[in-house]
Amino acid sequence: MTTRPAFAILALLALGPVARAQEPREIAITARRYAYDPPVVRLKRGERVTLVLTAVDVAHGLMCRPLRLKADLRPGVPVRVPLESREAGTFVAICNHFCGPGHSEMTMTFIVAGDAGVP
Amino acid sequence: MTQSIDRRSFLKLTGQALGAGALYQVGATWGTAPGGRAVLAALGRQNGEAPQPFSFVQLSDTHVGFQGPPDPLGTRAFELAVAQINALPRQPELILVTGDLTHDSDHPGESLARMRRFQAIAGRLRVKQLHCVPGEHDAGLDGGGLYRSVFGPSHYAFEHRGVHFIALDNVSLGQPDVGPEQLAWLRQDLARFALSTPIVVFTHRPLFDLKPEWEWYTGDGDQVMNLLAPFENVTVLYGHIHRNHVLEQGHARHFAARSLIFGFPDPATTGARKPLPFDPAAPFKDLGLRRVDLTRPGPEPVLDVTEVELRMAEYAGTVGSQQLLKGGDLP
Repeated sequence: MTTRPAFAILALLALGPVARAQEPREIAITARRYAYDPPVVRLKRGERVTLVLTAVDVAHGLMCRPLRLKADLRPGVPVRVPLESREAGTFVAICNHFCGPGHSEMTMTFIVAGDAGVP
Repeated sequence: MTQSIDRRSFLKLTGQALGAGALYQVGATWGTAPGGRAVLAALGRQNGEAPQPFSFVQLSDTHVGFQGPPDPLGTRAFELAVAQINALPRQPELILVTGDLTHDSDHPGESLARMRRFQAIAGRLRVKQLHCVPGEHDAGLDGGGLYRSVFGPSHYAFEHRGVHFIALDNVSLGQPDVGPEQLAWLRQDLARFALSTPIVVFTHRPLFDLKPEWEWYTGDGDQVMNLLAPFENVTVLYGHIHRNHVLEQGHARHFAARSLIFGFPDPATTGARKPLPFDPAAPFKDLGLRRVDLTRPGPEPVLDVTEVELRMAEYAGTVGSQQLLKGGDLP
């Protein structure tokens, strides 16, 4: 019985590199009137990523129904959002928090490539 | 059978030559339609007050303060709409305004000035019962604080001749949502009424997913409609999309109004939400009206929808457009 914790620790140490390899890629995106930076993000189908979203001036949002993406951003407060696309394609995300006269122009694009790297 | 179907057809929408907006006639056929008097009597017993025939007008998206290439005429269409409503031989009893009364501004004090300008133009209406809800351009930047200080509450309810009117605010949270607080209020408000009570909801954004990627939706609109689902006769009037749209959903019908500033294209035919370009030869062509006639009352009512373009002989063509730009008097 007393040897089980030791085995468990050894098993975790052995899995460490694998676990680290599966950590989602982080993608930082800033939102300011009336654009996102970067304006285009490229992903692979099935790739798990974490978006780190920050509004730098006023409140913004980021919404894309096909990607099941929705975030409400307060100025200066980073928001981490997991994202995984199950299908390839080009998806436009919009700011869905009214932010001023240019609000309706504030969009960004996610390009999700297929398995072969071809969108 | 006739009774329940006639309840559904209580709202007859009849477009008049307003030039903008839509005139709604409520229960206009009930007095003469077969079974109509019986329906009125039954509704009166159930709801306390039987709906009585009357008419009202919906205006939307006046965007006072906007002046740009899609509409260099600013408030001219709004002013024209007011003049034409005043000229109606039979005056409507209510005016509903479904949001974006003003266009937003970053300049201090300008938003308030635009709201006062809206009030000044609307104040010319002979009809004094004006009921508004905010659009995101009125209330999206400050949580609706300024709007409420000028126009009063952004969500409320009232009765008029047996019809229950509900104003919903789906813009003040910044995102397209009604929000849990307002949903709780709505649940409590509806609990007071019999399910046969005719209900008119007016709000700014569509309460269903019309075109989410153009922000033509309300995130918790399905929760609103679930609360309204038990009611037999629900009409939802909204703006925001600057074009006509009609959707039937269970017992509810959703009607979008044209704007009084510029039109948006049909999302089915284009990928970009860009205002339709201004046409000097037909300055109000995308700001017309919708006429809907109940042509066959009875068990299977038929609504005929007719789109009517605004025609103004006094301001026809490019010459007329130039005249308007110079500030010529409206008829």
